[in-house]
Amino acid sequence: MLSQFGFILLFIVGAFLMLAGILGMARLLRPDKPNDQKLLSYESGENAEGGSLVSFNIRFYVIALIFVLFEVELVFLFPWSVVFGDKQLIEQTNGLWGWFSMAEMFVFIFILSLGLVYAWAQGHLDWLRPDQKVNPFKSEIPSDLYENINKKYS
Amino acid sequence: MEAVLIIKGIIILAIFALSLGIAAYETYFERVVAAYIQDRVGPDYAGPAGIFQPLADAGKLFFKEDFIPALADKSLFILGPSLAMLTALLTSAVIPFGDSFIYEGQKILVQGIEVNIGILWVFGIVSLGVYGILIGGWSSNNKYSLYGAIRAASQNISYELAMGLAIIAILMMTGSLSIRSMVEAQHGFNWNIFYQPLGFIIFLTCSFAECNRTPFDLPESENELVAGYHTEYSSMKLGLYLFSEYVNMFISSAVIASLYFGGFNYPGMDWVYSKFTSIWGATVGHNWATVIGICVLMAKIFFFIFLFMWVRWTLPRFRYDQLMDLGWKALIPLAVLNMIITAAAQLSGKPLWIGLILTLIIMLVIFLPAIKKRTVKA
Repeated sequence: MLSQFGFILLFIVGAFLMLAGILGMARLLRPDKPNDQKLLSYESGENAEGGSLVSFNIRFYVIALIFVLFEVELVFLFPWSVVFGDKQLIEQTNGLWGWFSMAEMFVFIFILSLGLVYAWAQGHLDWLRPDQKVNPFKSEIPSDLYENINKKYS
Repeated sequence: MEAVLIIKGIIILAIFALSLGIAAYETYFERVVAAYIQDRVGPDYAGPAGIFQPLADAGKLFFKEDFIPALADKSLFILGPSLAMLTALLTSAVIPFGDSFIYEGQKILVQGIEVNIGILWVFGIVSLGVYGILIGGWSSNNKYSLYGAIRAASQNISYELAMGLAIIAILMMTGSLSIRSMVEAQHGFNWNIFYQPLGFIIFLTCSFAECNRTPFDLPESENELVAGYHTEYSSMKLGLYLFSEYVNMFISSAVIASLYFGGFNYPGMDWVYSKFTSIWGATVGHNWATVIGICVLMAKIFFFIFLFMWVRWTLPRFRYDQLMDLGWKALIPLAVLNMIITAAAQLSGKPLWIGLILTLIIMLVIFLPAIKKRTVKA
């Protein structure tokens, strides 16, 4: 098994070499004539006002926090899921093993689902919705006119 | 040992070449499919039917001037696209592309590396994929890029959870983290899609979101953010970003095919195997049967790549609140439900069709209100 992970290292080294090759080749081939205009930040043709590293919406941060909690849940679930259906263990314990591990994990998942429900109820998962305004304008042209035209030329 | 090392080296090179070659031609097929759906001609200038278009594109990317904005963080600016490409390439190491070749009495698996943590490796590398986009967008020091990067990070982590939970349901059935043993458990027509229809839908949706493909391409939505996280990129660095998306698409198609559609298994494979071995003998027959298995897996992968393109040119983009609602309020609860159903089904020992009918009923109950709403509106 150790040798297999050695091959993974070989794979990573290979990927690095290939990336270096691509970027190095591009560096040799391409022109390089920078000037001040080219090096400006692109902001649809205007000069950039201030830096971009400003504070942004706090919701992204909250989402990241909730994510970390659930990712840890996943880390615990991966080993559990592998031994859950283990035929040998089930036979040795007369079927008790499956029900025991399932009940154990249900408690775990239940507590975490409670966390999700809490975040949901507190509105941490809600995002701003744009207002959808209905246009009050009423056209004087009846809509069946268009339908007739569509029918005529279809 | 020496021979094995050389063969492994060849396999690693072949996998790199395969992922990059398929990714290059995906860009061509993307245009052909788009042209077909939009009733246009599509690329037809470079070579017969435009088949040299990807080569022309690659040449253009190599010869374009590459500038790093004055305000950007230079080392991170280069690291971003490299990391995106690196993570895209590394995932392919553990995917079993075929059974095995017998060469001089030794069995050589058609797979980069057979490790006992295969799916965990895929999952971990996919999680790292966020960094490529986040670093690139942040270091550009451009407001559009930053917004794109934050959106991408938020979206990827949201959909990763549902994806992990869908994978866990598969793991519970197989009892192994190795992708090869998962594929071997689906021998013949015993595919996981029949046991995990709900899990498959969740996994497919999440893989669309992880690849940043339409309808989930908010990180680079061009009518809001210019080009999103790669606004400031040019030349080969831009090429690496664009390429990594296509490599990711190929890899996720391969993972979907291996996890849910039996990988290199196909109905009637035992019959084909026995025929081949009786005609050509044990060694040559085995190798030819493996070749057919590889072709079958490739056909499945190409179908899913086509599905990715089909969806891209059919569905409009989500709004951000819809995206987050779908991830957190629909897919994660559904994935937990799927896991609980799988656990109960594993332990009850009831035949397959009862579980299938139960899943269908649950899916109907969940999706019927949405369908009704839509028909009333129309």
